[in-house]
Amino acid sequence: MSSTLSSIIESIIFTSDSAISTDRICDLLDEFERDEVRAALSELAEFHEARGGGFELVAVAGGWQFRTRATYQGYVTRHIKARASKFSQSALETLAIVAYRQPITRAEIEHLRGVDCGGILKSLLEKRVVRILGKKDIPGRPLIYGTSKEFLEIFGLKDLKSLPTLKEIQALDEVPQYERQEELPLGQARAVPVESDLPFE
Amino acid sequence: MSRSEARHFADDAAPLLDGFHEQYSVHLDKFDGPMDLLLHLIKKNELDIYDISIAVITRQYLDYIKLMKELNLEVAGDFLVMAATLLHIKSRQLLPLDDQEEAEDEEADPRAELVRRLLEYQQYKEAGMVIGARALLGREVFTRAVTEPFLLAAQNEEGPLEVSLFELVDAFRVLLIRIPVESFHDVAPGDSLSIADCINEILSLLQEKETVQFDDLVRDELTRERIIVTFLALLELCRLKLIRIFQGDRHGSIWFVPAVTQTLSEE
Repeated sequence: MSSTLSSIIESIIFTSDSAISTDRICDLLDEFERDEVRAALSELAEFHEARGGGFELVAVAGGWQFRTRATYQGYVTRHIKARASKFSQSALETLAIVAYRQPITRAEIEHLRGVDCGGILKSLLEKRVVRILGKKDIPGRPLIYGTSKEFLEIFGLKDLKSLPTLKEIQALDEVPQYERQEELPLGQARAVPVESDLPFE
Repeated sequence: MSRSEARHFADDAAPLLDGFHEQYSVHLDKFDGPMDLLLHLIKKNELDIYDISIAVITRQYLDYIKLMKELNLEVAGDFLVMAATLLHIKSRQLLPLDDQEEAEDEEADPRAELVRRLLEYQQYKEAGMVIGARALLGREVFTRAVTEPFLLAAQNEEGPLEVSLFELVDAFRVLLIRIPVESFHDVAPGDSLSIADCINEILSLLQEKETVQFDDLVRDELTRERIIVTFLALLELCRLKLIRIFQGDRHGSIWFVPAVTQTLSEE
């Protein structure tokens, strides 16, 4: 790492308690041009990427943070207790629905899952990964839910856009089907009308 | 009926349940709901999700519910709703469509709605697994632990956290817990405190001091009534955008600043 600016930024990120945003770093370093700071930041990110090492510089929740690499989980947990809250399958399912469909009401979640979600939503709220965004302007004024900054932090996401798209997730599932289709000699693949009538991208 | 009896009963209840019982009793708590169960049945029977045999699925679905009952498990209403939906679909399939109805209804296949919901549910189920498989903070990856009080204090100087309504309610609950429930039969207390009075009180306090703590507001008179009125007054002030609410740190005390200082100084 050549420039001192990169080192300055590194020291700031190292000392911050939670992920620190590029804007905040720029504000702190007002003697430097914003473009310089940005360039130094990406240099720093590249440096840590190339370095390997036990920790890396990651972009999470709209900021930058040093985190240990997942590979060393087993060793880190020997001296630090894993303190992540556990997410059950149904909690993850509900969380996924909130993440992809926010803002969403409880009734909409329950329609999708076909089952009561009150308890799960409450525990997600307590874990602070889901938050109340407000009330929907329909009869009954139900609460609407969305994901929080903690959600991005815990799941190591830069922003909501960096969630894998539902199409990508679906594609994971479809790979074997494609393989099967290639093997068919006449190409009489059955039409799979997935795209047309589904509301998501 | 004890559980073992139930098991026994289930074993020789119906030949239909042969093998079924063993396979399912292991997985009973695995299903997160009717949609999950349906998906499982579809996969188990290797059915094409776009061409489900409603008769097969419905029979197995109902068998499953029967089994749940025989094992003395509470059958959630949601499962029964789905059973009704399946039966409804089957009955619609059996009835001949008249031409008019067919013309009106483009989705002639009564299964279409169910298939759409199942596919959508499947997507989110998979999405849940995908996000659950990520390297989670505190599980797979870790950050530096900052627990030293002086570091936390240094962090606070940087700026307060803005709190959500949830934390305000939490602070309120903590306060209420601290006060013993008073039991008296005095129906009409002498002087009741109005929210308007309380608002004025807070505002005048804020003119003297830049910041006020929630605890300060109720310290002199620690009664449930006082706290509730103060809380309502604060919510009202917030709604009127007269104050801003902050929290020093997580689980720290909540304090307020007048939201108008800036506009006043600008003038």
